[in-house]
Amino acid sequence: MAELLEHPKLLKGDSGEWEIVIGLEVHAQVISNAKLFSGAPIAFGAEPNTQVSLVDAAFPGMLPVLNEHCVEQAVLTGLGINGTVNKYSRFDRKNYFYADLPQGYQISQFEFPIVTGGFVDVEPEGEVPKRIGVTRLHVEQDAGKSIHDQHPTQSYIDLNRSGTALMEIVSEPDMRSGEQATAYLTKLRQVLRYLGTCDGNMDQGSMRCDINVSVRHPGDELGTRCEVKNVNSIRFVRQAIEYEARRQIRLIENGGTVVQETRLYDPSKGETRSMRSKEDAHDYRYFPDPDLLPLRLEDEYIERIRAGMPELPDAKRARFVADYGISDYDAWVMTADQDTADFFEGVVKGRDAKLATNWITGDYFAYLNREGFDVTNAPIGGQKLGGLVDLISDNTISGRIAKDVFEAMIESGKDAAAIVEEKGLVQITDTGAIEAMIDDVIAKNQDKLEQYRSGKDKLFGFFVGQVMKATQGKANPAMVNQLLKPKLDG
Amino acid sequence: MSNLTDLTIASARAGLDAGDFSARELAAAHIAAMAEHKTLNTFITETPERALADADAADARRAAGQVASALDGVPIAMKDLFCTEGVRSTAGSHILEPFVPPYESTVSAKLKAGGSVMLGKANLDEFAMGSANITSYYGPVTNPWVAGNGDNRQRVPGGSSGGSAAAVAARIAIAATGTDTGGSIRQPASFCGIVGMKPTYGRCSRWGIVAFASSLDQAGPMTRTVEDAAIMLQVMAGHDPKDSTSAPYDTPNFSEKLRSGVKGLKIGVPREYRVDGMPAEIDSVWQQGADWLRDLGAEVVEISLPHTKYALPTYYIIAPAEASSNLARYDGVRYGLRVPGNDLKEMYENTRAEGFGAEVKRRIMIGTYVLSAGYYDAYYIKAQKVRSLILRDFTSAFEKVDAILTPTAPSAAFALGEKQDDPVQMYLNDVFTVPASMAGLPAISVPGGLSAEGLPLGLHLIGKPFDEVTLFQVAQALEDAAGFEARPAGY
Repeated sequence: MAELLEHPKLLKGDSGEWEIVIGLEVHAQVISNAKLFSGAPIAFGAEPNTQVSLVDAAFPGMLPVLNEHCVEQAVLTGLGINGTVNKYSRFDRKNYFYADLPQGYQISQFEFPIVTGGFVDVEPEGEVPKRIGVTRLHVEQDAGKSIHDQHPTQSYIDLNRSGTALMEIVSEPDMRSGEQATAYLTKLRQVLRYLGTCDGNMDQGSMRCDINVSVRHPGDELGTRCEVKNVNSIRFVRQAIEYEARRQIRLIENGGTVVQETRLYDPSKGETRSMRSKEDAHDYRYFPDPDLLPLRLEDEYIERIRAGMPELPDAKRARFVADYGISDYDAWVMTADQDTADFFEGVVKGRDAKLATNWITGDYFAYLNREGFDVTNAPIGGQKLGGLVDLISDNTISGRIAKDVFEAMIESGKDAAAIVEEKGLVQITDTGAIEAMIDDVIAKNQDKLEQYRSGKDKLFGFFVGQVMKATQGKANPAMVNQLLKPKLDG
Repeated sequence: MSNLTDLTIASARAGLDAGDFSARELAAAHIAAMAEHKTLNTFITETPERALADADAADARRAAGQVASALDGVPIAMKDLFCTEGVRSTAGSHILEPFVPPYESTVSAKLKAGGSVMLGKANLDEFAMGSANITSYYGPVTNPWVAGNGDNRQRVPGGSSGGSAAAVAARIAIAATGTDTGGSIRQPASFCGIVGMKPTYGRCSRWGIVAFASSLDQAGPMTRTVEDAAIMLQVMAGHDPKDSTSAPYDTPNFSEKLRSGVKGLKIGVPREYRVDGMPAEIDSVWQQGADWLRDLGAEVVEISLPHTKYALPTYYIIAPAEASSNLARYDGVRYGLRVPGNDLKEMYENTRAEGFGAEVKRRIMIGTYVLSAGYYDAYYIKAQKVRSLILRDFTSAFEKVDAILTPTAPSAAFALGEKQDDPVQMYLNDVFTVPASMAGLPAISVPGGLSAEGLPLGLHLIGKPFDEVTLFQVAQALEDAAGFEARPAGY
């Protein structure tokens, strides 16, 4: 394994080395029964404008009423990223005109967010682990969608998303490489999914990311940043950062200066381009929303949510290592998501953990990949896999036979025990029977025996193979090894 | 049988209960009055068929012994700021001219459920922004009162609930709904010689009322007697989970102490309300009001509300700030007026340029300005701080007194066309009503007498938060003492 870098690679330019400074703003759609301030449902993929209440469409006289479930989800998320839940927070209006923003303002939290501080521990690819600070988490409304490609001169508006609850999670400018940003996003998404507060599906837009990028020579003051908007996959985040950093370096080294602006990432061209400059930036005229009271949370409320928090990936991973004696790497794989972790524990509990883990990470995951299943929907589930592992553990079948049994299970959907029974695959563990088999093989291969005894140790494998072949693989391999050795040695 | 258009809510109920007349007859009499006095322009949309249908339903309920409330069968005018299901709701603006809501505001729904008969949607200043009802896209409302000294100029009814006030004064409606942001119920009540009551902020739901300034807007009754105001508020008030600022309190019996008198109560008279250039007749009606209450056994004491002079300027920061944001939704995209343009921005500009009148534009611009980066702290934040000081003034005053007496407006109804070119002069109309609005307090205007010109002058009482009961108690005593029997000639 290559050594992990203490500091990420710097970018080389004509004027020396450059460091990238990255901060991320993640918009995570809250998993909830209804929108943030209206009772409207929020089914993804519904017909346009079917998930809209009069409040979401900002009809005259309509008023927002805070959805308490969304607050609970935000508090849970805040605790999950080690933040401080503020007992006083407030909703503000962010005013701007756009066709898919019915109120003419977004209800957000500006001055007093529900969560401040926090951190996410990440393991960037090829780099040492790092702690990324979280500045704040606040709750806000999403806008609707403008659809520009349905009519030659007009745009369509779909308000299904209008008013949906988002959590905006703002990181500190703590990241120094695309790898770190990717690791942060991946980890944040994993935590949100564990908490059940956001499904993290970037392709469906339920998690979106704006990237703040600047460059500087190491040790210098922070450079001027550009914000790259709406990057909708983790892969694109890395590409956008690298493109944007190189663009800024090129610009500076050619005598230009970076202007603070909002840029858009174009994944088809792999480049960012200017959307609006700071001069064109909106003056959002934030002020406290007079339709809503400040949000006050009691200690007991916060503690009740804390008490109901699920075990998070880092803790689970450490526990898997401690409880089941598996490697940290395997534990990392097994805690990738809550379903995998639950599946793992279901199989491993009460069994030989190492054997079970090898089976899960090996043949079982290969099977899932090949067939396009995941741990929640595969016809061969944890119980059946456990049954197979049990047969290996109690020496009913050998590991080699188990592979055949597993293939038969996939084909027929039957339990391992039934297949073993049906096909007569029970392992031969009778010493006498195996010894007779060995004697027979030795008798038939006197020439090989001579060669073995004159120093060709490697022929040991040949004899094992012959014995296994004679038993159609059913002989217990350990016993074969054990009994064969003294007979060959004479 | 008395004239059907001369009844109060209380006497109409008695007559209906006694079978002296039917709700249909009562409605028909008011529909006739509405037709007769069309030139006052009190309504933007008249709903006579709906009124007759409502009345028939009321008669049927009464016959079945299922009277819905004290308002069952009572014809009322609905300020056109309340969204009414299936009935055009314009807010007095061109931008909502074609708007027919598919929903009913909470307050109008309560009145409907209470059996009241809706005659139509009353005219108002555009988006409730005005003090003379001259900013309505649907034309100004004429006050039924004219001066008694031969000066026959048309008078404004006050605003913004000018249509409501004029309709009640002109005996077109027995009562009307109003909304009050800085004085929009009380000042027109004073100008039209009727009772206008603004409850504590949070007492009536704002749901379904076209918003002007959310932290100030409050619905209230406009009637010809204090008793009627209490009866009507009883039906309008109540906690509404659809309005987060609606107070989660039970509604008291507002009429409970109407006949209790004021003996032993302490009434404060704030010295800061004696403003420079106040007409002598305003001062004297105020003095008269204090004397009446003293004569009835109340203790009248001078109090101080030191931040009074900052209330109006502060109001004209906070209210426009909220309005500038509240009115952003009128963009031509989803409902109401749309004036096409070559792109989205041009469509916005065309729609809003044509859809909003001058006063609304002025307030949107003021509001946008005071919320802008670089000005926010100096204006909005400062105004919020002053607002808390104003509230603190009242809180300490109410440690000493049970209610506060002031004039309602600094003048009687002025002539149409006066003060029209000077917005600040117009804004000064609300100088006495705005402080209570800023503090969210209940307040009521009761006719106190006539000016030298023979126009009504109102007396203004401010109560403790959520203590409308005491407010009505004092108002009733004032009404009894004033014995105001005058009415506009010809109505």
